[in-house]
Amino acid sequence: MRNRMVRSILTSVLTLCLMGMGAAGELLAQDAASWVVPRTPDGRPDLQGNWSNATMTPIVRPNGVGPVLTAEQVATLEDGRRLFIEEEAQASNPDREAPPVGGEFSGDPLLDGASGGTGGYNYFWIDGGDRIAVYGGEPRSSLITHPADGQRPPLNDEGQQAVAERRAFTARFGAYDNPENRPLAERCLMSFGSNGGPPMLPNYFYNNNYTIVQTPDHVMIFTEMVHDVRIIRMGEPKPLPAHIRPWMGDSWGRWEGDTLVVETTNIHPDQALASISAAQFYPSEKIKVTERFTRTDENTINYAFTVDDPGMFSESWGGEVPFERMDGLLYEYACHEGNYALSNVLSGARAQEREGRQNQPDQR
Amino acid sequence: MMVPRVVSRGAGARGLLVSLLTFAIVTAPDLAAQSGEVPRLASGQPDMNGIWQVLGNAHWDIEPHAARAALAMQPGPVVPVPANEVLALGAIGSVPSGYGVVVGGEIPYLPEALAKRDENREHYLERDPEIKCYLPGVPRATYMPFPFQIFQSDSKFFISYEYAGADRDIYLEDPGPAQVDSWMGQSVGRWDGDTFEVHVTGLIDQTWFDRAGNHHSAAMTVTERYTMVGPDHIMYEATIEDPETFSRPWTIRMPLYRNVDPNARLGQFKCVEFVEELLYGHLRKNPIRE
Repeated sequence: MRNRMVRSILTSVLTLCLMGMGAAGELLAQDAASWVVPRTPDGRPDLQGNWSNATMTPIVRPNGVGPVLTAEQVATLEDGRRLFIEEEAQASNPDREAPPVGGEFSGDPLLDGASGGTGGYNYFWIDGGDRIAVYGGEPRSSLITHPADGQRPPLNDEGQQAVAERRAFTARFGAYDNPENRPLAERCLMSFGSNGGPPMLPNYFYNNNYTIVQTPDHVMIFTEMVHDVRIIRMGEPKPLPAHIRPWMGDSWGRWEGDTLVVETTNIHPDQALASISAAQFYPSEKIKVTERFTRTDENTINYAFTVDDPGMFSESWGGEVPFERMDGLLYEYACHEGNYALSNVLSGARAQEREGRQNQPDQR
Repeated sequence: MMVPRVVSRGAGARGLLVSLLTFAIVTAPDLAAQSGEVPRLASGQPDMNGIWQVLGNAHWDIEPHAARAALAMQPGPVVPVPANEVLALGAIGSVPSGYGVVVGGEIPYLPEALAKRDENREHYLERDPEIKCYLPGVPRATYMPFPFQIFQSDSKFFISYEYAGADRDIYLEDPGPAQVDSWMGQSVGRWDGDTFEVHVTGLIDQTWFDRAGNHHSAAMTVTERYTMVGPDHIMYEATIEDPETFSRPWTIRMPLYRNVDPNARLGQFKCVEFVEELLYGHLRKNPIRE
């Protein structure tokens, strides 16, 4: 983790330096021009290796920003991020007093969300992305690119009905009544972002890392978060029965020229997709996600996705995310084996109840 | 068939039994003699891509064992009977016999480690990490009663196990000592002729070998050897070294069988959610059991 962070800070600094150095920029352009896509023995583009989709660019476009950021906007955002990371990466003061009751918040949603304002994580542990996503040469303000406003379309009537039914059910419980009332990540079932997806999107916190292994009849994508594996079979789909809905669905792949196209159906109804964003939704049984993987240079896979879910949305929508090659290795994310948090969350709620305090309803 | 050299330990019926059972453990050259063509990658290495599974009962107990009524027992008026916690499963909860996969028949425990194994058996329900859906470790992942899939290319060798969604990226370049110990360890593979040899280090001490309390320390290293002995069979060997637990290195050996169904695929067995009632049920606002 530390090596990764040092690397990413360095890369960030280098990137900023290069922006002001015309000669170096031309050198990069020459390299790009002479690059030839590496191929597997069966002639397909070689997507194998370790990749990361960590980025500062949010899933949903912020208000008042165009789809493509200016160089000045990028520099301001990345520079601010770098300074924030450097500051937060300082060693903790061992003599500091306990934080005040209720926590002490930094203003950074990631840091505050992770620690509850008690200093649970400092930035040593966090690698949420320190650069703006550049796709096809454009620095992007959101990962969602269609519709053109960068927003996920609103739910259709069927989708609203499904959400209302889900809320009516969960509202029967307090948020801390049962393990099943807690989010998937707290239960160590899935990543807190939709890292595994599909669509595979960054979680803005840590471990946005993937390993791809490719054979003539399979593409295997290993997701560091919760050691999830997507096994994509190549060829004519033989879909699963409708009632079998694995967490990351049933994926089939094919090649369209040099692009790997993957179609996924049967995604688990409780898999929170596009989570950590205003675009979060739960898939209906009608969902189909189409992903397109294109190797564009030595260090980049362009990843594009389209969500078709007529049980939730009246129109399809999607986005584009660069996956960048990472030099480091992935770690084992053995979440469940060390999950003291879930026991403590539940027993803490029981202790509060003994003191006569009730918890808020489950509003997921 | 070549007869493995076995020295029976001790005289009498027990020694004879171990010796006879050991005869059943075949060696790689035996199967190679019966084999067809081994599939190969363009690079010439044996192509182990596919879905594989061990047959047999090593997952219950890697040592030779007779069938018994249940994994957890309690005293009965005449003979021991299944413990209350597992009684409802009836014959489904019974343990089938197995002829063992340990070369030589017995695990060479140090005396204190053997005592701990026996204690593990007495406290089986509280201690077996499989009950809690913990990652299985190596070599246990191989012979869990679930298939696993090998993804092999010229540059990668990756194993995805159905049980608990465990995985191993077997590095073909040694990254140096493991930075942290982990449930599945750090695996580094190399080709020794047509055998894929994997050295596994960085293993924590909390995994077991089977459902019989067989255990190890964090000093354990495992050397696995995968040898294709035909298009649909891999002879699997794992040599265990752990001087804190065992008096000498020892080896398990068993064939891996390819699932030849063209529609075969791994299922998803994310058992974490299946054990939430067991692990957290007492912390519900309104527990559903005493």
